[in-house]
Amino acid sequence: MARVLIRGLNKKFGEVHVVKDVNLEIRDKEFLVIVGPSGCGKTTTLRMVAGLESITSGQILIGDTVVNELPPMDRDIAMVFQNYALYPHMSVYDNMAFGLKMRRFKQVEISQRVQAAAEILGIGDYLKRKPRQLSGGQRQRVALGRAIVRHPRVFLFDEPLSNLDAKLRVQMRVELKKIHDRLGTTAIYVTHDQVEAMTLGDRVVVMRDGVVQQVGEPLELYNEPTTRFVASFIGSPSMNFATVKVTEADGGVWVINEGIRIMVSAEMGVRLRRYVGEQVALGIRPEDLRLASSDDPAELGFDAVVEVVEKLGSEILLDVKVGSAMMVAAVEPTVRAQVRDRLRLAVNPERLHFFDSRSEAAI
Amino acid sequence: MIEGATWKRWVFFYVPLTVFVVSLLFPFYWMLVTTFRPDSELYRPWSAPNYAPLWTTHPTLDHIKYLLGETLFGTWMLNTLLISVAATAISLFCGLLAGYALSRLKFPLAGGLGAGIFITYLVPQTLLFIPLADIIRNYHLGDTPWALILTYPTFLIPFCTWLLMGYFKAIPRELEECARIDGATRWKAMLYIIFPIAVPGILSAGIFAFTLSWNEFIYALVFLSSPEEKTVPVGVTSELIRGDVFFWGPLMAGALLGSIPVAIIYSFFVEYYVAGLTGSVKG
Repeated sequence: MARVLIRGLNKKFGEVHVVKDVNLEIRDKEFLVIVGPSGCGKTTTLRMVAGLESITSGQILIGDTVVNELPPMDRDIAMVFQNYALYPHMSVYDNMAFGLKMRRFKQVEISQRVQAAAEILGIGDYLKRKPRQLSGGQRQRVALGRAIVRHPRVFLFDEPLSNLDAKLRVQMRVELKKIHDRLGTTAIYVTHDQVEAMTLGDRVVVMRDGVVQQVGEPLELYNEPTTRFVASFIGSPSMNFATVKVTEADGGVWVINEGIRIMVSAEMGVRLRRYVGEQVALGIRPEDLRLASSDDPAELGFDAVVEVVEKLGSEILLDVKVGSAMMVAAVEPTVRAQVRDRLRLAVNPERLHFFDSRSEAAI
Repeated sequence: MIEGATWKRWVFFYVPLTVFVVSLLFPFYWMLVTTFRPDSELYRPWSAPNYAPLWTTHPTLDHIKYLLGETLFGTWMLNTLLISVAATAISLFCGLLAGYALSRLKFPLAGGLGAGIFITYLVPQTLLFIPLADIIRNYHLGDTPWALILTYPTFLIPFCTWLLMGYFKAIPRELEECARIDGATRWKAMLYIIFPIAVPGILSAGIFAFTLSWNEFIYALVFLSSPEEKTVPVGVTSELIRGDVFFWGPLMAGALLGSIPVAIIYSFFVEYYVAGLTGSVKG
């Protein structure tokens, strides 16, 4: 068990600066997920922790040891790759035993550990098969098993579920979580899928263009994104944005554009006051929009025209036009809305997000 | 398979394929028939009434007996085998290491070195044998098997290196990275993971190298002179063509017996070597 500390980490491939001054602390037994769009440097960061990529500058500590110069084999880590990277010429048993054989474990010990891991993962019946005789999900389990048997100090996962079909992915996600809870090994997990990040991570790191945007618990990222990028990346369907102008009237702060006229909460008003007369980005999550009833105050809603109705079953997504902007509202499945209907949407003033239009930082 | 009307299948598939197969196999058939044809039939003129060029009515083993009894054919076979196996082993060993290094390791001039090796392969043997002959003479290797064992790798190593390089590149890098995280050194990862997976590629490189050295003619002709040191291709042509007289029967018998070992090797490893050439690694 170990803590991983990343200090001022940088990586350049020639002129391309792919990881920029990353500082992270992965606590002992924590499951940390690094999420971001492709090319954001998340995999490179993970590979530097693994020792597969050299470090341009900065430090990586596993436990209390600086591992910058240690080869992968001496870092006491295990990694699960996106394409599983099973050794095709070896049986499942040999695949799992390989790491232990390389470390000169005794046959009895190897056998015990492989059996134990196989039992946890439910692959005991396939131990004699070759990887090509297994389905995608089974291969994924073997890849996990190969990591587990070593009892490493840190697990590294590089998009391990992205080659699986949607149903299996959900299932394996749950299993991964269970296995982590059971073993309690520190884990760093890289993915581009924000749902995976939110469901698996004790904490989640959002990266973009090599820079860490925000680190926090899943709900913290969802409720209090610190940048517009995090706000748009976390949550599905993603957050609606509209450019609005900040004005002061009737003793309150209002945000206005051609289709919207909302009075913000007193607390937010204080923060928005210095933007009076300027434009900011308003962010509203689809699930924070609902149909207005007659009780809703006029200053907390706006009119919208329905353009598309997506019936998902548990909810209905309304693609609506507000002024000239498009928004998505996730409403109750009981709502009977038709295309071209004109309706009024209400917002919760506590759940509005505002971002500086230049720095994109949350206000 | 070509889809559509029957005539299309015939015109675009069966007929061209038949022409191809027949024209490819006919020389071998001719070799076979000539081997077993008695001299009386061989030297019968075209205009003779019972002239039958495509088959023989009195098959005979005379030519084979002559080849094995009156010439040094057995010695030539052994020479060829020894030289081919040794040259192949040397080339395969060097090609494996070079191919691995060029496809996996990052070092300065890696690209240039790879291209350089390829270019040496392009230098024609007909040009290269002149300086090589000088070297062979200076090291007093002329007329010994070493003359060929050491010169064949000049074209076999580039060949093996390039074939294996392509094969190694097709093996996912993650396999090796995973092995290294699992506790293997680069050397062990190469030995336990990469090489076993590359077996089809290694086998096809080996088969090709073996065939190339088995059939090689120019170097063998230039560097060897005594009959008992010769290889099959040179021995057969130099000892069975005297002046302008072609001993067709024993010549063809020599060609037939000389191609049997290669045919056997191919048939043994055909599956591997097709996989090796198409470069398919299944995860």
